[in-house]
Order: sequence, then structure tokens, then C-alpha cells
Amino acid sequence: MEFTFRGVRGSIASPGPKTVKYGGNTTCIEVRGDNGEIIIIDAGTGIFPLAQSLLAELPVNCNIFITHTHWDHIQGLPFFTPIFIPGNDITIYGAPDPVTQRGIDAVLSRQMEHAYFPIREAELKSKISYVNLADRERIEIGSVVVENILMNHPAMDYGYKISCNGKSLFFTGDHEWPSNIYEPEDDGFEEFQDEIQQRYVETIDFIRDIDALIIDTSYTREEFPSKVGWGHGSFDTSIQVAREANVKHCYLTHHEPTRSDEALEAAYAQALQDNNVSDAASEPCFHLAQEGRTISL
Amino acid sequence: MELQEKLATLVDDMPAFSSSVMRVMDLTADINCSPKELVEVIDHDPVMTMKILKLVNSAYFGLRSEVVSIKQGVVILGINTLKNLAITIAAVGMLPRNSVKGFDSQEFLLHSLGTATIARILSQKIGISSRDSTDYFVAGLLHDFGKVVLVQFMASQMQEILAKANAENLELHKVEQNMLGFDHGEVGGQLAEKWGLPSALVTTIREHHNVARQHCPMSDCVIAANLITKHLEFGHSGNPVVAEFPGTVRERFANDMTGLLDELGDLSSPLADTRIFASM
Repeated sequence: MEFTFRGVRGSIASPGPKTVKYGGNTTCIEVRGDNGEIIIIDAGTGIFPLAQSLLAELPVNCNIFITHTHWDHIQGLPFFTPIFIPGNDITIYGAPDPVTQRGIDAVLSRQMEHAYFPIREAELKSKISYVNLADRERIEIGSVVVENILMNHPAMDYGYKISCNGKSLFFTGDHEWPSNIYEPEDDGFEEFQDEIQQRYVETIDFIRDIDALIIDTSYTREEFPSKVGWGHGSFDTSIQVAREANVKHCYLTHHEPTRSDEALEAAYAQALQDNNVSDAASEPCFHLAQEGRTISL
Repeated sequence: MELQEKLATLVDDMPAFSSSVMRVMDLTADINCSPKELVEVIDHDPVMTMKILKLVNSAYFGLRSEVVSIKQGVVILGINTLKNLAITIAAVGMLPRNSVKGFDSQEFLLHSLGTATIARILSQKIGISSRDSTDYFVAGLLHDFGKVVLVQFMASQMQEILAKANAENLELHKVEQNMLGFDHGEVGGQLAEKWGLPSALVTTIREHHNVARQHCPMSDCVIAANLITKHLEFGHSGNPVVAEFPGTVRERFANDMTGLLDELGDLSSPLADTRIFASM
């Protein structure tokens, strides 16, 4: 199995000379199974360059797993060229939304409403299917198994674990490790803390010992306190989780859109130092996710 | 039962209590609204609580079964989703105060809050942990959920039932059984069961007027709390009769109502704290 970062930027695409090294496209990860299965996680603007490369492999049979339907994770979907081409078979998986009571099947049709896009979903020429996922499902696609777990973000957000012939990766989507809304002296503090702890343990167990953890790492230690509740992780939480889950490699992603390559590397170096990350064999290998980079597992 | 299916569908469009709707709109107008305050409003409203527990426990989302407390719901769904759910529920409208003669929704809410508060106190008295006692609060809050559903969707029959119970000083659930063939406990219990709520909660809602039921700590606490709340005239449930403690409840607390009230001491302070959730 191998995977390629097609977009690593959070919130909004940020092209330009200052982001040319790590890339400006929003979230999209291309995963290839050992038998050539095509799994795509999220359809941020990074799915557009992926679409161009897939045109060399028609007809395309691919599976797109959406972590959640915030713009930076779906914006590229109407521009995913294979949807327009007859003979392609595309399945889109994701969470239904409890607030609007709409399923993932509404994602494209809503994005392609007349006011936002000139072509209607009904005019797409490929075969498109939708699968609404409940929490903790298991989908087999050839030699690949995809499993999902609910994460914590201001939307239904699934993290996806993808396994193939003994190798595995996990992508959190956007995720903030939940914190207590109560103060220690409040009545509800203990109950809430127990729930948080239980969920934390369940999530760590879900990703334990995987080969590659791709994790939302939006904020620095200094930035995080003013962003609590926004639904994103920090360098500190990502390093802690990678260690506790005993992952082999940890790829930090969802880079802040205002962060230049230089600033990103400086924040990364500072975080490794603050957390005493060493090159000991027991330590996960930390990396900044970089657009265009392919990793073989 | 066909009626149950119909009611289950109707409840999706059922409004919450006016005091909580107004408070949710007020709180959520501020982007930095306090999660604690929001949770407190939701978990003091039977309709909001029931709708959110229904969602969290539903197989469609497959989130987690057996969730009783809104706090658990927050950890699972996240505060932002919970906030937006509350706004969606608030947008349905408000339960009218007197849609049916003889049923005042504000007084009913007070009765539910009183029962919830006292059920929690009683649970701690019989050795339930502080954490698990939250479930007893929820059970007390929801025990009469079926009644508010019937008032909302079978208004004319309920008006007749309330009037008869009141004129002849009869227990409301008995009049319901005579005139409808079922009572509000069965309606609430069936809805809670259909929505996958935990079985102790379903049983408590369903059996809170059933004298032949088995011993169950949650039901015993809620039944005692229900009767105490009526005896103290805190709010009004629409039932004119304050019955004696049934045998199982007397055995559980080794006391009758007068004795238990003596043991509990002054309840005015915890009850007064809940009044804010029923005030406009």
C-alpha cells in the first residue's frame, strides 16, 4: 500500500511562493492498495491535481471517503474530472448530518446547485453511488479494508483507518481532542472527564500500532488556547497521541493557511524540542505532511 | 401499535418548552456561548432531552447505545453539533402554555423538574453514585413524556380526560386507560423503547403507574419523587390525585411518604434552583 498527499492545507487553499514547499491545496490523500485499488480520503482542492493524473488510467473505479463536509474537505468534488466521464465508477462514503438530517448523498447535489455550479448532479456521466456510514463500519474494497471512527469536530467527522496486507494508516480528518467544558469545582466535571477519558482510550486503541498516523496539527502551543472548541489539534496533542498509540510514523497535517513554509518548519522544530522528541527507536518518526509526497508502507 | 408509529413521527415536529426555547435562542446568539449553560438548558427540558437522546442512541448514526445523559451526548457529538441541534429544536417553536384546558405546560415542566431533582436526591440516598444519579434525574425529567405527547397530539381527548379526572378526583392514568385503552406511561415507554433508550429508562417511564411492577431502583426513586413533588404542590402534572407510596416504594425506602419527607428534610432549596428553567 502507498499513499500520496494531494493537499495538506487547512481551512482554505493557500497557494504562493511562501507555501510552495509544503503546498497550498486543501485536504486530499490518495491511497493505493496492493492490487491497485484507489481510495481517496477527502476532496479538498488537492483532488484536482489527482483528477488530472487519473485521466491517464481510464476507466476509473475509485472510492472517496469524506471525513466531513466542511468546504476545505469537499471543495474539489465538483472538479473531480472523472465524475464527468462515462464508464467511471465512483463511490462516495461519509457521515450523515444529524442537524440537517441529510445524508452524504446530498453533498454533491447541494454543491452543484444552480447558484454555485453550472452543471447539475443529474448531468454527470459517470456512475456515482453514495454510502452513509454509521460509526465503526468496516468496508472491504479488494485487498483493502477501511474502518471509520467518529472524531471530534464541529461536524460529524470520521477518522478512517485503511489496512492492506498487514500495513495500515489512519487519518483523523479534522479533530480536536475533547476537553472538559466544566471547571474542577463544578458538579458535572467528573462525569464529563470520565466520558472524555473513555473516548480517548477508545480512539487510541483504534489506532494503536499503525504504520502511519496522519493527524490534524493545526496549532502551536501558543495558538491553541485561543482556538479551543474550533475542532483542531496542536503539535503537542499530536506528538502525545502518536507516542501513546505507538505508531511508527506520524504525519502532521492541516497546516494553518497563514503559515509559510519557513514558519511551519520553525513551529515543527520548536514542538519537537518542547516535547523532547528523540531519535530513539521507541519514538515515532514525525514528519510534516508535504503535498506531492508519496509514502510506501 | 399504529398509534405509536404515528406519534413517533409527530414527535419530530414537537416543540420544546417555551422557557428553554427562549434561553437557547438567547444563549446561541453569542458565538462564544457557554457550553455549560447550553447543556444545562437542554438537560432541563424533557422535549430537548428526549430528542437528543433519541438521536445519540439511534442505530442510523450508530454512535453509541445506552446513552442516558446529555453530557455523554456532548462528548460524543461535540458541543457545536449539540448547539445546532438545540437551535433546530428551538426553531420548531414553543409549546403553548395552555393548548389544552386543564394542562399548563409551565406547571408541567415544573413538575418534571421537581420529580427529576428529587429522584436524584433519592438515588443518592439509596447508595447510587453521584455519577449514576444523573440517570435518575433524566428518568424523573422524562417520566411523563408520554403525557405531553398526548396533550400535543390528542388534544381533544386529553382535554376531556383531564376534565373528568379533575371533576371526579380520579387518577389521570386510570381515566386515560378507560377512555383511550392505554395511559401516558405506555406511550412514553413505547416511544423511548422505539428510539433505543436504555432499558431501565424505558421501564421507569412505562411502569411509573404500574402497581404490579417489579422492584427496580430507578422506578422506585422516580415513583417516590413523582408523588413527593405532587404532595409538595411543586408544579402540576394534570393529575389531581396524590396516591400513597406503592408497596415496592415503601419497602425500598423502609418508609411511607411522611417518614421519607422527614428524612429528606427541607427540599425547598434544590427545588427552587430548578425554577429558573421553567421561568420566562
